[in-house]
Amino acid sequence: MTEASKNQTLVHYAAQIGDNSLIMGHRMSEWCFHAPSLEMEMALMNCALDLIGQARELYSYAAASDNSDRTEDDFAYLRDEQDFRNALLAELPNGDWGDTIVRLFFISAYNRLFYTALAKSKDSELAAIGAKSLKEVTYHLRFSGEWLIRLGDGTEESHQRVQQSVNNLWMFTGELFTMSEAENALLKDGISVDVATLRADWDQTVSQVFEQATLSIPDNDWAQSGGKTRGHHTEHLGYILADMQFMQRRYPGCEW
Amino acid sequence: MTKKTDKTEQEWPLWEIFIRSKAGLDHKHCGSIHACDAEMALESARDVYTRRSEGISIWVVPSAAITASKPEDKESLFEPADDKIYRHPTFYDIPKGVGKM
Repeated sequence: MTEASKNQTLVHYAAQIGDNSLIMGHRMSEWCFHAPSLEMEMALMNCALDLIGQARELYSYAAASDNSDRTEDDFAYLRDEQDFRNALLAELPNGDWGDTIVRLFFISAYNRLFYTALAKSKDSELAAIGAKSLKEVTYHLRFSGEWLIRLGDGTEESHQRVQQSVNNLWMFTGELFTMSEAENALLKDGISVDVATLRADWDQTVSQVFEQATLSIPDNDWAQSGGKTRGHHTEHLGYILADMQFMQRRYPGCEW
Repeated sequence: MTKKTDKTEQEWPLWEIFIRSKAGLDHKHCGSIHACDAEMALESARDVYTRRSEGISIWVVPSAAITASKPEDKESLFEPADDKIYRHPTFYDIPKGVGKM
């Protein structure tokens, strides 16, 4: 790999991780003013801000590796749907409280393993971002896990509804463990995380919490994918971007 | 009116939150939150009261577990102490010979 193409791969890699955080953070932020209680509002907004903060750091690093004059904002506001490489799970609508909690749990369980590994990256900047983010996502996992246990092991209705959320979202979890081109390319140098190897630990985290929550793991192994590896998204991402990017598209370069 | 009572009963119980701002200091009462149980109260307290690095330790206590004095008992409970200035050490003259205490 030439130095230039290696830099370009690093840009893709950092942006790809950032995309997951930004889109997930945006989804969480949609709960603002809609959470069931003030306490949950604060909890979700804290998560949203953690995730958007992670996206900023990753985009800033991508921009710095780019050798162009792009900034973090270019990555968030001026790329199109097919340029985003987030997992489909992150872009799905919030649904009800159970859907939101299950999705946050699935992604946080992944994020905890992912950032633990990224903190050991040979790339010192990514390692630093990994170490900082790990503390944040560990709390997201705790928060969503505790909620999942209470919903699953709660009332008959909460159990039945949150099991339905699990069944609906399950087919989007497999994509988290597929390898993108950038991930494969940077693996040899110890820069990227081999996400395929995280699956076993993720399964274990999920089954531990599910056992307490009296929830069952769907036996459907089929995984929906395409967002992370090819930029083929669900119809939902376009609406998120329209919402998020409108101001920059309508008034290029506008600032607060 | 009946409806309102029903809703109140369905609400999560109230918890009082105590935060220790740094090692060596006492936990101080800082407010209250609603939560379904103690563990969730702890998490909500973290999210609501320690967002700006206010604390290193949190206690949550069910509000129902606190027995409080009544405001209307103020006169009988606290005012009698107002004129007992001899209860303060500063009331007493210390003989010079004692030196610094």
